[in-house]
Amino acid sequence: MKTFENILPKLVIAPGFVLGFAFIYGFMIWNGVLSVTGSRMLPNYSEFVGLEQYARLWEMDRWIVALKNLGIFSVLYVGGSMLLGMGLAIFLDQKIRFEGLLRTVYLYPMALSFIVTGTAWKWILNPSLGLEKLMHDLGWASFSFDWLVQSDTAIYCVVIAGIWQSAGFAMALSLAGLRGIDDSIIKAAQIDGASLPRIYWRIILPILRPVVFSTVLVLSHLSIKSFDLVMALTAGGPGYASDVPATFMYVMSFTRGQIGLGAASATMMLATVAAIVVPYLYSELRAKPHDR
Amino acid sequence: MIAKHLPRVLIYGVLLVAAFFFLAPLYVMLATSFKDAEQIRSGNLLSLPNALNFDAWALAWSSACTGVDCRGLKPYFVNSVIMAVPAVLISTAWGAINGYVLSMWKFKGSELLFGFMLFGVFMPFQVVLLPMSQVLGFFGLSSSLTGLILVHCIAGLAGTTLFFRNYYTAIPKELVNAARIDGAGFWRIFYRIVIPMSTPILMVTLIWQFTNIWNDFLFGVAFSGADSKPITVGLNNMANTSSSVKSYNVDMAAAVIAGLPTMLVYVLAGQYFVKGLTAGAVKG
Repeated sequence: MKTFENILPKLVIAPGFVLGFAFIYGFMIWNGVLSVTGSRMLPNYSEFVGLEQYARLWEMDRWIVALKNLGIFSVLYVGGSMLLGMGLAIFLDQKIRFEGLLRTVYLYPMALSFIVTGTAWKWILNPSLGLEKLMHDLGWASFSFDWLVQSDTAIYCVVIAGIWQSAGFAMALSLAGLRGIDDSIIKAAQIDGASLPRIYWRIILPILRPVVFSTVLVLSHLSIKSFDLVMALTAGGPGYASDVPATFMYVMSFTRGQIGLGAASATMMLATVAAIVVPYLYSELRAKPHDR
Repeated sequence: MIAKHLPRVLIYGVLLVAAFFFLAPLYVMLATSFKDAEQIRSGNLLSLPNALNFDAWALAWSSACTGVDCRGLKPYFVNSVIMAVPAVLISTAWGAINGYVLSMWKFKGSELLFGFMLFGVFMPFQVVLLPMSQVLGFFGLSSSLTGLILVHCIAGLAGTTLFFRNYYTAIPKELVNAARIDGAGFWRIFYRIVIPMSTPILMVTLIWQFTNIWNDFLFGVAFSGADSKPITVGLNNMANTSSSVKSYNVDMAAAVIAGLPTMLVYVLAGQYFVKGLTAGAVKG
């Protein structure tokens, strides 16, 4: 009986961890195996091609375009959400009336699916009937806005909708961080004659660094995984001008019958996310003392 | 106290402009959904609809066409409900049990196991798409709602385990030790002591999982078949269908319908939603 009590906890979590690890690490390996086969419509494990799929991948213009778009999107989406979110948090922290209501308004897009967001913004950014017509009606006759259908600007539409969706998240985390700062620090700095921008720049921002760090981390990995928003807003188009790695992977694997290539692109995505997240997880878990 | 140093008008001005930026798309969606085709052509994004015209809503719900399928969003909405309810409940309960073991019944190596599990919160699910579709095919679950439920349960497990584990770690160990000395076993402690203290984290996890699963598109589009598409896939197909005449009012009504359940949850239980967001970002 005693020994049963001892192994019971292990028995209880075993199914979850066996399935979970098979899902995470087993599939990771499986995907890696697929990426070194010549699989097309169906997996074909007998045709080993080494790193050929990776070589093909890096020679494809479409993949390079997807990576460039990911670069543009990540930098602007993470940077824009952070700036807007932190700015709003600092303003909201000035003892504002209706703060709760404003917070709710800034954060509600996070509750929506990217597909809903994408559908709405697709209509707003519509080249003839959307924003352009609104500006014409307001009297700005020469206003023209057709970013959504132009190859070189479509990705910026994804950025706009992405920031709209995620700025509230950065706001919520920053505000939580600001609320954790002891007022007396700020008071002391003010008595010493420091100006408000200086206090924020030199004292508050450094204290918030861990919060900023984890927010940037979460937003960055979201940007690498971003799929829904692009599918709903541009579907990677025009042509493949606004493709990102996630849409590339999906198209190759599920509509183009290029499973080996799709698997190779998935491995590249995994490597990118791992390079960002693993050091973070490692430091977080190591810093935590074994308290119990 | 900092307040008086910044011009209040400026602060409120900026905050209100921001509020407008965040609310405008919602207004545009609602306003457009009540217009008819003629008003959409003659008016603009911000113009008010002439009347509360629910035609587009009725179309979006029950008879709008995606390709040759003219059943509206209703079947997709039903699919999402059938998929989300069991997936949310199972992944939450499963996470609670895992978190309970990982915080109160630690064993050699359990912290390391947990560390490896955490990567599941961040990994790009593109990596599992191809192997998972093979496995679903092997078990005869391709294109089925059961398959989607299974995928969501396993995919969400890392996150729910993290939530509960972190929450339970904060419960005083003495409570559990005292119960153990009194002869309470593993399950008894769980049911009688831990679960009654879990209401807040249960709310957070249920809402978090519901939002994630309802809003999921990747698994939905990769693993569903003709009769098992969730609402996000239904909406995307409807809005991106290349028919001759584009009905933006129907698209907007459909988008609002698809977003309504998670919005309702957010409005009714926003505090738990925010806690979930923050907990998802801060690990350890």
